[in-house]
Amino acid sequence: MLRKLTLLFYLSNIIAYSQNCNNIFSGKVIDFHDGSPLIGAILVSNDSDILVQTDLEGNFIISNLCEKTYVFKVSHPSCKEITYTIKIDGDTTKKLRLEHHIEQLNEVSIYGESNDENSKTFLENKISTETIDNYSSNTLGDLLNNLSGISSYKTGNTIVKPIINGLHSSRIIVINNGVRMEDQDWGIEHAPNIDINSIENIKLIKGAGLLQYGGSALGGIIIAEPLRIDVKDSIYGKTILSASTNGKGSNVSSRLTKTYSNGWFASAQISYKYYGDFNTADYILSNTGTREKNASFRFGFNKFSHGLELYYSNFNNETGILRASHAHSAQDIIRAINSSNPLIINDFTYNINAPKQKFSHSLLKLKGFKWFNDFGKLNFQYDFQRNKRFEYDIRRGSDKYKPSTDLKLETHSIKVDLLSSLSDDFKLKSGISGRYQNNFPDPDTGVRRIIPDYDKFDFAIYAILNYYLSKKILLEAGGRFDYSYMDVFKFYKTSLWDSRGYNILFSNIIVNELDNQILTNSKLNFKNFSATIGVNYDFRNNNKILFNYALASRIPNPAELYSEGLHHSAARIELGDLRFNSELGHKLTFTYLKNKENFKFSINPFINFIKDFILIEPTKIEQTIRGSFQVWEYKQTDARLAGIDFDLDYILNQHFSFNNQSSLVKGYDLIKNGPLINLPPVNTKNEIVYNNLKLNNLKLSLQSEYVFRQNEYPNNNFEVYIPLSETFELVNISDPPESYHLLNFNSSIDFSVFNKSKLNLTFRINNILNVSYKNYLNRLRYYSHDLGRNFILNLKLNY
Amino acid sequence: MKKHIFYALLALPLIIVSCSKNEDDTPEPVNEEEVITTMTVTLIPKEGFDAGTIILQTKDLDGDGPNAPVISVSGNLKNAVFYTGSVVFLNETESPAENITEEVEEESDEHQFFVTPGGGIADIIGIEYLNNDSSGNILGTQFELNTLGANEGTLTFTLRHEPKKPNSGLSDAGGETDFEASFIVSILE
Repeated sequence: MLRKLTLLFYLSNIIAYSQNCNNIFSGKVIDFHDGSPLIGAILVSNDSDILVQTDLEGNFIISNLCEKTYVFKVSHPSCKEITYTIKIDGDTTKKLRLEHHIEQLNEVSIYGESNDENSKTFLENKISTETIDNYSSNTLGDLLNNLSGISSYKTGNTIVKPIINGLHSSRIIVINNGVRMEDQDWGIEHAPNIDINSIENIKLIKGAGLLQYGGSALGGIIIAEPLRIDVKDSIYGKTILSASTNGKGSNVSSRLTKTYSNGWFASAQISYKYYGDFNTADYILSNTGTREKNASFRFGFNKFSHGLELYYSNFNNETGILRASHAHSAQDIIRAINSSNPLIINDFTYNINAPKQKFSHSLLKLKGFKWFNDFGKLNFQYDFQRNKRFEYDIRRGSDKYKPSTDLKLETHSIKVDLLSSLSDDFKLKSGISGRYQNNFPDPDTGVRRIIPDYDKFDFAIYAILNYYLSKKILLEAGGRFDYSYMDVFKFYKTSLWDSRGYNILFSNIIVNELDNQILTNSKLNFKNFSATIGVNYDFRNNNKILFNYALASRIPNPAELYSEGLHHSAARIELGDLRFNSELGHKLTFTYLKNKENFKFSINPFINFIKDFILIEPTKIEQTIRGSFQVWEYKQTDARLAGIDFDLDYILNQHFSFNNQSSLVKGYDLIKNGPLINLPPVNTKNEIVYNNLKLNNLKLSLQSEYVFRQNEYPNNNFEVYIPLSETFELVNISDPPESYHLLNFNSSIDFSVFNKSKLNLTFRINNILNVSYKNYLNRLRYYSHDLGRNFILNLKLNY
Repeated sequence: MKKHIFYALLALPLIIVSCSKNEDDTPEPVNEEEVITTMTVTLIPKEGFDAGTIILQTKDLDGDGPNAPVISVSGNLKNAVFYTGSVVFLNETESPAENITEEVEEESDEHQFFVTPGGGIADIIGIEYLNNDSSGNILGTQFELNTLGANEGTLTFTLRHEPKKPNSGLSDAGGETDFEASFIVSILE
């Protein structure tokens, strides 16, 4: 080896003597984020007296260069200067990238956004950092409620699930810092396990168009992103302190970030929440306190051409479930419904007892990227998630303090994505991903597992093409293929196995027959295809039309397949079906945007046809030793949802502005010919805002929120025999509550403190008039009213 | 150097994924311990009354499974008799059967048992509860029942968990119903 090197050395020296100085160095200077050409960028090489500027297409050409290494300083107004070391070897061509500065630390960065990553044919609703900070003590679901088209499905006020265009749970994908959340979202009372304080930006897409994240988002995709890291020497932080009267609690969150001009960065964040019982307008909601402890940490480097990031977050929450909501039978439900107040109201306490939920989510992500000059940006990501969920019921005897449900869900995924420009007008996003998931329900609980043991493998491949037909028209098309395989071990009660006919249909999956139970091992596999086609059309200055057709497919979730028994928190028996196949949704979304100087609005109608839509509905009454229970069974039908979302922002004058947000969604079971259950009723929000920049950026706003009564709902009422009165009584679980109107007040003021820091004080009053109301989408509405007046004070320090 | 770290880190996940698959054992069955499958109420005539012992039983061995409970009443009650009543709760999915009544009596403050006559015998059955919990409120698993006429009607037995105590009966006791069963009974002359 050494001899070969020596020979090479001599040869190269010979070549050096006859150096060629007729080489041309040419190329293009482009923006790092979206590849757009940078006009008038300057290339300077001091030791060779070279100075060139790029033309109107970002191109440059430098002649008469020798075959050696040159050092070029490349600069452009509002970009950070970069020094490129280029080795000239014959005629050389290179694409040189510069990065536009990110705007101030506190605002949402629109400039420098990675536009490559998201769909342009879907309206991308965003929530500003300022609003996110105001919701520091709330949940992600509460925050998202601020966007039109999004409602919340709640279990009490601390467990909030987002509903997008009428769909939720497994029909929504939640992305947290690039990681698809696997946090048992099949559960009706399982909210997303994300710390709102770890998020800096939220984007919402009301459809499946972002195929890089999955093909199952029949409702939409929520993207939560952490702080964007600037490449410069800096250290900065943010601390938020929040206190509320309703719940008599507070929340503290703090984040510190250190960045270096060489691209390295580190950021750490922690938050803590402590709340006691909440209250309605008239009484205390006993056992509704909540605690949360979260921490997250980011570390890595970003050198534009390549980068690496390590992200770890830990989320821990313990929440009480309204004590009075723990019904055991239909007879218990009747007593609750017939009572105007909850049957159990105790004095205020910070204690959280059973029934309660305790869950934790650990997330580890490793992401790297590298720009390859000829084919684009390659992303690699590995992420690991561990989700643990404990549900505590009211139990008897030695099991009193043991959870009734103990689930551990672990997910590993790897994905590789490529962002490339096939030409100036064609951009391609493609990738492959693999995932392994294991669910372990601990039998130590002494309660039969609600979700069985399973191993799941997923594999996917996708490609999305963006084509600029002209400067004003963008076309998008994409496709994705998903393969899923599940290996499930499930115990069935022998009596149920036989009664459902599984003994005939599925006798081949029996592994073991015990006294009154059967152990089965089912192996299921699904192949699904999803796609997206869209158009983005800019016309007549500040007008935009977006149109998208998205085909989404979703495999049935473990609850839909394997439910088999009493769902305690719902006081009903739920039965799944092993025979289900994937849902297929066709969603057409149309958006018209108008953006004038003082007036902007968007109108966003949609229609969604879902074939083989899985839903749960009551089928019969079952008698048990506890009394009667309604039996709900999952079934597949065809559904159609349609609706419209409307947003309006009107600047009246220098100080006043007005905004409105309204949405409507209607959904039907096409086979049964009736409305779907739990659809958000029509709602509208109107707000008037006063802003005075000169008075320390004082903001005052009054918001009116009006929610109509849901007048289209399925009749799932049933009769039960009350032995004490020897009568049959109707259990009215279907009738939605009356419409309601809430007034909210918001105020904020900024102060400059400690040299370069900024202090923001926010004072809010929710439900100013202390209205007593019930929300159709709150599962606990049978047992109690919703929240009463709440005074919230937030102190935010940016430094 | 940085490049080497970069590539080494890329290889790491492969190791992690290959180590994760180790749940090869089949899961163990869960036999629910708290389930009450069987309730047996025994009515024994007091000393001096000429009547037979009555046993009322309801048994639902598959818990919340589809099979309905099996209800049985051993005989008819007799008018003008004082019976001493007691209840036994069992979990018969276990062998030997687990006596849940013991747990109920250990947690007496959190339970209350109610005996409620209905229909044609609502006004001709008197109930007096004999045992209390540790705070002096009624527990009710031992009671006295006396018949004051002859007719046909129902007897409903209810076990409430974490009721409000003291209370004036089922109407304001609250709590969750851990057990509820009704029997059609006849009182003969």
